[in-house]
Amino acid sequence: MNLTLKVWRQKSDKDKGRFVEYKLNDVSPDVSFLEMLDVLNQDIIHQGHDPIAFDHDCREGICGSCSMVINGSAHGPDKATTTCQLHMRRFKDGEVIHVEPFRAKAFPIHKDLMVDRSAFDRIQQAGGYVSVNTGNAPDANAIPVSKEYSDMAFDAAACIGCGACVASCKNASAMLFVSAKVSHLSLLPQGAPEKHERVLKMVAQMDKEGFGNCTVTGACEAACPKEITLENIARMNREFLGGFAVKRK
Amino acid sequence: MTKLDAKIPSGELSQKWSNRKFENKLVNPANRRKHKIIVVGTGLAGASAAASLGEMGYHVDALTIHDSARRAHSIAAQGGINAAKNYKNDGDSVYRLFYDTVKGGDYRSREANVHRLAELSGNIIDQCVAQGVPFARDYGGLLDNRSFGGAQVSRTFYARGQTGQQLLLGAYAALMRQVENKNVRMLPRREMLDLVVIDGKARGVVARNLLTGEIESYEADAVLLCTGGYGNVFYLSTNAKNSNATAAWRCHKRGAYFANPCYTQIHPTCIPVSGDHQSKLTLMSESLRNDGRVWVPKQKGDKRPANEIPEQDRDYYLERIYPSFGNLVPRDVASRNAKKVCDEGLGVGESGLAVYLDFSDAIKRDGEDTIRAKYGNLFQMYEKITAENPYKLPMRIFPAVHYTMGGLWVDYNLMSTIPGLFVLGEANFSDHGANRLGASALMQGLADGYFVAPYSVGNYIGATKMEKVDTNHEAFKTAAAESIGLNDKMIAAKGSQTVDQIHRKLGKIMWDKCGMARNKEGLEEALREIPKLKEEFKNDLAVPGDGSDINQELEKAWRLGDFLELGELMCRDALNREESCGGHFREEHQTPENEALRDDENYCYVAAWEHKGEGQAQELHKEELKFENVKLTQRSYK
Ligand code: FES
Repeated sequence: MNLTLKVWRQKSDKDKGRFVEYKLNDVSPDVSFLEMLDVLNQDIIHQGHDPIAFDHDCREGICGSCSMVINGSAHGPDKATTTCQLHMRRFKDGEVIHVEPFRAKAFPIHKDLMVDRSAFDRIQQAGGYVSVNTGNAPDANAIPVSKEYSDMAFDAAACIGCGACVASCKNASAMLFVSAKVSHLSLLPQGAPEKHERVLKMVAQMDKEGFGNCTVTGACEAACPKEITLENIARMNREFLGGFAVKRK
Repeated sequence: MTKLDAKIPSGELSQKWSNRKFENKLVNPANRRKHKIIVVGTGLAGASAAASLGEMGYHVDALTIHDSARRAHSIAAQGGINAAKNYKNDGDSVYRLFYDTVKGGDYRSREANVHRLAELSGNIIDQCVAQGVPFARDYGGLLDNRSFGGAQVSRTFYARGQTGQQLLLGAYAALMRQVENKNVRMLPRREMLDLVVIDGKARGVVARNLLTGEIESYEADAVLLCTGGYGNVFYLSTNAKNSNATAAWRCHKRGAYFANPCYTQIHPTCIPVSGDHQSKLTLMSESLRNDGRVWVPKQKGDKRPANEIPEQDRDYYLERIYPSFGNLVPRDVASRNAKKVCDEGLGVGESGLAVYLDFSDAIKRDGEDTIRAKYGNLFQMYEKITAENPYKLPMRIFPAVHYTMGGLWVDYNLMSTIPGLFVLGEANFSDHGANRLGASALMQGLADGYFVAPYSVGNYIGATKMEKVDTNHEAFKTAAAESIGLNDKMIAAKGSQTVDQIHRKLGKIMWDKCGMARNKEGLEEALREIPKLKEEFKNDLAVPGDGSDINQELEKAWRLGDFLELGELMCRDALNREESCGGHFREEHQTPENEALRDDENYCYVAAWEHKGEGQAQELHKEELKFENVKLTQRSYK
């Protein structure tokens, strides 16, 4: 198939950036979206120009590196699919495809489609863990965990930290990401002792990073490649209030 | 040839690790603060080591090529992690895990290391559960297990098909906690380009800041290399695109011996290659072989769709040849048999390079929902890539490069031949012999990081007198200048071939001649072809831009430069090893039933190669492997 691509090119965070048009012929419908960009980049290099920079690594939907807005949707048109898992058979011959980086104030652009998502790490540093040193653990079966809660914790823990929730939110809110982290740990007995402190600290850091507020439009849930649900946000709000209530100082 | 001392502790096998821990020098908590340790790579081995050392009070600098520690390729491990907990009451024990691993590795690993690994396996699960890793549980709320290849007990702990992800997120969270506590400084988007050796000891690294292009220097009292394997030599592999051997290879060039480079694991169940633009291969977890049955048509050229081929016309060849292990034979055996049936013309799919992995019996027995609960994400992944529904049609699978058992040589303390350079996880060579069993990579990465390195590194620091060095030292300047020089040369070549074009050529040579089966003639041919390709790389490479900002092509270029040299060494090692063992199958050496035929008399050793200078052949050193507990036999899974 033949395609027209309009790709966002930007040299650095200081540069203004613009769409550049590329024509691509004879694209196989079986290649992935990133493989299609590989082919385009090979052409660009052969012409002596700078190829399009983008983050990617596992190319199987688990590392959370790839991060593009394709025709206006984070990770493109397919439900529960990362950019690297999207295949060209999803597009029509002759189609015009717009490719942009994940945009948010808290995600400054490094170059082209590559953004800085270190804010997520800092939110995690603020409290996204169980405080247990190596060697301090009791036997793994000492504390039974109901299958139901363990499965719910897993569903939240499946988040790959890609940032599609932020990129798809009109307020660039990180609530879905943060609530997935909070839910994962607070649903398990191992995470319970720190649950109040954790949520307060993580939310404070989230605000500090410049993410927007949540107005529950659900765009994040729709864009999430791992189908993290809004229920997590509700849970986090509840825990936040709980944490606030028991806060001593 | 010098004799390599593996520093194996004295005493009974089961006492060795305790003995070593007792002999080790300690560093008192107040003094730990005065020592700096560099950890390169933040996958399971690196993140767990950095977090644990940080908790103990050391200053840790952790470098990763990714934007976040959480993205390392450990995250993609699907199936599970082994531990000798015997929660299933099915006869498992530390000794049995040890035994299975030594046997699975085709008797080419070090007994003492493997036993320590088995001993630590249970602690790993405890630690991960305490961190909040949501392992699968049964209805009573206790941990569930499944079976993996090469074992007849159920000892694999798992978190759906995303075990690696959940374990890495656990280690990453522990690491983030130490960043918050200021014990660890994270240095993301940095790639180590050289090791700095001063007075014969590893004292730091130089790295490229991948965002600014600057070459930065970091000093330390010890360096831990946790940079994973080198499967991407083959271009197409299940490894992540950025996985590479540069850090390990540059350490090799500074004096670290490289051990058993030819031991490559070809994983039997991957989605087959389709088309020329494929950039990587996707694994389908081995756990699928718990419920999937492998078969091909009995008749050559049987082009009927799979579901129209009746039972009597199918050959469930693994079940037929290996009745006691059936579909759960070790990976090397499963891969070789898949290749064999395809070579005989029985392969399926368009290319004829695939076999079926069929779930219809399991779906009939347990229902589609049960299968979905167990493997849903894998089935979904398969469907996304192939546009076929595996609930209705059997999967088509074929072996692909997945893991490298070889790596930098380390002694029992995980220290390389350069004092102060430790190597953890897939980057070292020590525990899996010539073939790794499924669900053992996660176990090894975390054992090394959480439980071995903290002791070994402490002992080294406690026992070693060290001068203070800083990054103004000549050695840092030289290393930095050399790295810059190398990169500049690649940019200056201004040739006509992209990195990928040359890399694909290397991959083809390696896959054809140093892949699932090797022979003398092919290996010698590869050793003539690779030097030619190196010339093309030197003179005809096209790297756009300059070195002064983000340049992903340049990153790929220096990695390929090292892969070319490493590929050559892999072939040399494969040529030297005149036997078949595990993943190393020399066609000249096989039993009448086409199984790998070892030569214990002449090859029961670790081949450790020493770099002798640019353009010169490496020198071989041997570490004899002594088996005091396990009897060497022809491996049988029949
Ligand atoms: S590249 Fe890893 S999720 Fe897309």
